[in-house]
Amino acid sequence: MTTTAESVSKIIIETLLENPRVPRNISPESKIIEDLEFDSLAVMNFVMEIEDKLDVSVPLDHLTDVRTIHDLAEAIVSLK
Amino acid sequence: MDIFTKFEPLDNKIDILLSNSKHNPFGTVIDTIISPTVGIINGKETLLFGTNNYLGLSQSEPAKQAASHAAIRYGVGTTGSRIANGSYSQHQSLEDEIKNFFHKRSCMVFSTGYQATLGMVSTLAGKDDFLFLDADCHASIYDGSRMSQAQIIRFRHNDPDDLRKRLRRVKNIKGVKLVVVEGVYSMLGDIIPLKEFVDVKKEENAYLMIDEAHSFGIFGDHGRGIAEKENVEQDIDFVVGTFSKSLGTVGGFCVSDYPQFETLRYCTRPYMFTASLPPEVIAATRENLNIIQNQPKLRHKLTANASRFYHALQQEGFQTGPDISPVISVILDDVAQAAQFWDKVLELGAYVNLSLPPATPDHRPLLRASIAATHENDQIDKLVSIYVQSAKEIGIPLGRN
Repeated sequence: MTTTAESVSKIIIETLLENPRVPRNISPESKIIEDLEFDSLAVMNFVMEIEDKLDVSVPLDHLTDVRTIHDLAEAIVSLK
Repeated sequence: MDIFTKFEPLDNKIDILLSNSKHNPFGTVIDTIISPTVGIINGKETLLFGTNNYLGLSQSEPAKQAASHAAIRYGVGTTGSRIANGSYSQHQSLEDEIKNFFHKRSCMVFSTGYQATLGMVSTLAGKDDFLFLDADCHASIYDGSRMSQAQIIRFRHNDPDDLRKRLRRVKNIKGVKLVVVEGVYSMLGDIIPLKEFVDVKKEENAYLMIDEAHSFGIFGDHGRGIAEKENVEQDIDFVVGTFSKSLGTVGGFCVSDYPQFETLRYCTRPYMFTASLPPEVIAATRENLNIIQNQPKLRHKLTANASRFYHALQQEGFQTGPDISPVISVILDDVAQAAQFWDKVLELGAYVNLSLPPATPDHRPLLRASIAATHENDQIDKLVSIYVQSAKEIGIPLGRN
């Protein structure tokens, strides 16, 4: 199966929704810090979960330009 | 919008915190120090259980004397960095004494512990290298990693299998792999399973750096830290530590056996571009290092004190971290409750630290106590009774173990 930003976004959203504190109406364009109210630690912990789901390591320095769920998906696809 | 607009969410958090606590947990002023374990706060005699003064050596008489003599003999500052005019023979003597203490070839002394880890992490890992950091590593390690331009990969706290998995994912990518861990983690006081980390390091051909900030002077037969206690000192590539905990002063160090280590003096920016430690601090640190070497009874008493406190808290039904170390934290549920608890403890006569997310693991607020060799049994028992009374008054439920 080819991994696309769309398919990874879907997995990210599914994983986020497992957390009851995350708003229900999130989309690939949701901003991780502002819309999800994640602090820096929560972002890093969440990325760790996604890494293990997709068996990929996302170096933290790759996250500096990530604002939205779609940005994160693209960063992961570029590493696959 | 102005330059301070981005701080508004933080301002709001501070306001909420202060609405739950009469005193500011992050602005406590100690008016006077009476002893290593007692100070005056808000005009009142208060037990000090939040000072990281593990061996009580911030008040050591020999160190005070040595510092006074050094200030009179050499002045109160060096006005220069280690690579310019700021290296005195005393700095070299201290480096020699630390490297001899660790049986290592080289030692670099830094002006703070923060700068020691910042400097080593940022310099050792280059642009094409990988840094593997424990999820709970100290801010100085994370700050150093950002300065390094290396690829930064975080692994699950104290989990050598998770590290192995992450190392294997990048096995075929070129670049040196440096793993950074701590002996005792500063928030919960939990201890690293270091032997297992050494196995992973060897299997995956990585380098290993350990920060012994909260374990140096305390663990191991000679006080060299968790690496000595676990008998793996030969397998650790770089040991960093601080003077501002067990040694009771300020400063930091890194020791290593690599012959190339000396080159780092010429490229480690937090070593090169800051003033060196003043003579009185060097003199006091040397004196206290001598005490650590010659008075093992201090760390034995500290271990007994920590054990007494830990078991008493468990007995009363507080939720603590998994290990007995000089840092013993009570794990709480929400920030408002933690702030009220901290404030009540201070009001009843004991100063501890309030630690809040995101600086704490799992987003749980902590009431963090640091235990010292100089605490008396009745002071420890008093702190336990203060915790119990505070929990009762605030309505924190205690589970009985």
